[in-house]
Amino acid sequence: MRVQLLLFASYADAFGTSRLEVSVPEGTSVSSLIAKVGALAKGRSLPPHPLVAINQSYAAPADVIHAGDEVALIPPVAGG
Amino acid sequence: MRIAVVSRAINAAALLDEVGSVSCGATSLFLGTVREMNEGRAVEGIEYAAYEAMAVRELERIAHEAIEQFRVHDLVIEHRIGTLTLGDVSVAVAVSDAHRAPALVATRYVIEQLKLRVPIWKREHYADGTREWVDPTHQPATAATESGA
Repeated sequence: MRVQLLLFASYADAFGTSRLEVSVPEGTSVSSLIAKVGALAKGRSLPPHPLVAINQSYAAPADVIHAGDEVALIPPVAGG
Repeated sequence: MRIAVVSRAINAAALLDEVGSVSCGATSLFLGTVREMNEGRAVEGIEYAAYEAMAVRELERIAHEAIEQFRVHDLVIEHRIGTLTLGDVSVAVAVSDAHRAPALVATRYVIEQLKLRVPIWKREHYADGTREWVDPTHQPATAATESGA
């Protein structure tokens, strides 16, 4: 399945885009997705365990991504 | 209770009016403002960006947690995004209650949780023309504790 990844701030700068399409098997976990993205040429600047949100909630590494989910990589937050 | 991510100036007086009530003897207000210096570098402005849909949801969660835990009368949170200049208010938390202790502790809870959890980022614009995304996880612990907002 194809997953649209939302990128923000420093991660969007690193990839040169705010939206990245990744192809992964059904049942892929958050940690597998991160491994795949981290292996991309532009993904090398990512930390080993970036925060991920699925459908606007923080996700755990073992959480499974489903087709149609809104998946986002969350750089270290700095609001305030 | 109300939360908002806004791209206009924050009006602190309006927030105090909004949460105030004759049943409340205490109103607490926290303002985060753009500071002229960070980690020894002169700052001219800060650009705030958000994952807006999630930021709104996370702010709602924090507001509900604060109301449940501290049973305060009312609470408003506004966070501004876009490019701000020195002294501009970037975030405001206003809390009212019958008594000061719950209002103060709820205010502190909201701003601390906001800084930990809400997907908002800031890029500092330095006097030397460079710009950098702020990564609080790379700051020394003391600086992280002391930074106002």
